[in-house]
Amino acid sequence: MMEIPKNDFSTKFKKHTTPTNQPAHNSISEKISKWIQIIPISLWMLLLVVIPLMYVLVMSFMSRNYYGGIVYKFTLNNYVQVFNWQNLKIYGQSIWIGLMSTIICLLIAYPFALFTAQKGPIAKMILITLVIVPSVSNSLVRLFSWITLLRRTGVINTILEKIGFIKQPLAMVYNTGGIVLGMSYLLLMFMIIPIFNSLDRIDHDLIEAAEDLGASKWKILQEIVIPLSMPGVFAGCIMVFIPSLGYFFVSDVMGGGTSIMMGNLIENQFQVSRNWPFGAAISVMLIVLTMILLVLFQRRGGKMDDLG
Amino acid sequence: MEKRQHKSFWKNAFIGLTFIFLYLPIVVIIIFSFNTSKLNILFKGFTLHWYAMVFHNYQIMSALGNSLIVGAISTLLATIIGTLGAIGMSRYRFPGKQLLDKVLYIPIVIPEVVLGIALLSIYSLASIPLSLFSLILAHVTFCIPFVVLTVRSRLIGIDKSLEEAALDLGATPLVAFIKVTLPLLLPGIISGAGFSFALSLDDVIISFFTTGPASTTFPLQVYAMVKTGITPEIDAISTVMMLVIVLVIVINAVTQVKRVKQ
Repeated sequence: MMEIPKNDFSTKFKKHTTPTNQPAHNSISEKISKWIQIIPISLWMLLLVVIPLMYVLVMSFMSRNYYGGIVYKFTLNNYVQVFNWQNLKIYGQSIWIGLMSTIICLLIAYPFALFTAQKGPIAKMILITLVIVPSVSNSLVRLFSWITLLRRTGVINTILEKIGFIKQPLAMVYNTGGIVLGMSYLLLMFMIIPIFNSLDRIDHDLIEAAEDLGASKWKILQEIVIPLSMPGVFAGCIMVFIPSLGYFFVSDVMGGGTSIMMGNLIENQFQVSRNWPFGAAISVMLIVLTMILLVLFQRRGGKMDDLG
Repeated sequence: MEKRQHKSFWKNAFIGLTFIFLYLPIVVIIIFSFNTSKLNILFKGFTLHWYAMVFHNYQIMSALGNSLIVGAISTLLATIIGTLGAIGMSRYRFPGKQLLDKVLYIPIVIPEVVLGIALLSIYSLASIPLSLFSLILAHVTFCIPFVVLTVRSRLIGIDKSLEEAALDLGATPLVAFIKVTLPLLLPGIISGAGFSFALSLDDVIISFFTTGPASTTFPLQVYAMVKTGITPEIDAISTVMMLVIVLVIVINAVTQVKRVKQ
């Protein structure tokens, strides 16, 4: 048996005192089991994340031929195009919509998370589960539900007209406001969960101590609760803002083609215009933007695991 | 005391309003799935017609079938690869480990559209046809990191000496793993798998780029219908799907509440 040598006392002692030490390399089966654990995930991530993203980077410096094929000839044209005025306007619009959605999510999520964190353990668990439940049903169907409610001939306009409250139907979707609503709706959960987690982690003794010292509720919120929940707030903002830049189907459904976002621009290059190198260049810009935000997040003491 | 009750009333009202915001669209879906009118404007009368219709709608049913196949296979693969990876990364040192650790966060934080076009590009470079196969590769890719995260958070709480004790008592590493480590990790593995399945079933953006016309999924089928308007049939099938998922969650929650109470 290959395992027997491992059972002598010296290795056992070593293993217990330094549990992070890797097991001895004395058995073939140990080696095989190591490779079975590490190789599939490494290979998968290499082939389907690292190499594809590298290829996007390379492609962003390539030209394309008349038929939309990629020509392997170096050019900076795609990046010149990235910064043309028309496209800059689209990024501005995307960032504006992303920021608005982030702010709305924050305004709803913070009080919600705060009030939920004050409840008992079972109530907490039920409330947080109820936050997650809607997200398991199809997001496009839920988005379209808002259209059903809010469009010109939708439920709300029809009811308001019937009771004589309005004469003209209100334009509530198929505009920028509609897109912001859709984004906030789909991404709210990603703001609530990290904020709730950070609030829930606050040591209650700290708050009691402040109370004993005569601090007011408002003072406690300002001086203890809000500062300690900032990592959750940052994580939530990142989890709402970054995806919102790429959610092209939301602007498609809720905006009805009124606003183009970065996601739509990329989608367009790959599906309609067949200008892959240009689409790749915008994607690279989006990756750079994401990385800048993540570096800022980590500098502020944020942990990557909070972004799950 | 009265002031306090007053305060908690407003707090609960805020929580309630948030839930109205979250659940209003779902209520609309459920109501209109029983509506006799196809127009989705006002409720005209109760019918189960759409429920009967949707199960005979070949397009919707085959899209749903594809989604379930892709969801099941991707979840299985991602759970196996992700669980093994999380354990391996916690136990061994190997070249590129830190890089792998960083790369795992990419699918989580990067806008989905970027991963979608990156996969599409590499498929086209490697001449992999867009099909259920390419779709499964893509779904496994974005599910693995979530499995690793959930399993890893569970691994931290596990006492390593238990597996070592099994080894000392003469169990082979495989037996020790299956009999000791795996059962302890199971809650993490299950939630990772559930998460993967939900992600896969609802994915629009990455599927949009990585599947072919012959292998459309349920969300993509819905996406194609949005322009012309979603029919009550979609509301009906969505209601059925929600019912199944809510049932699973309730069962899970009840067992958890029982555990908390104990």
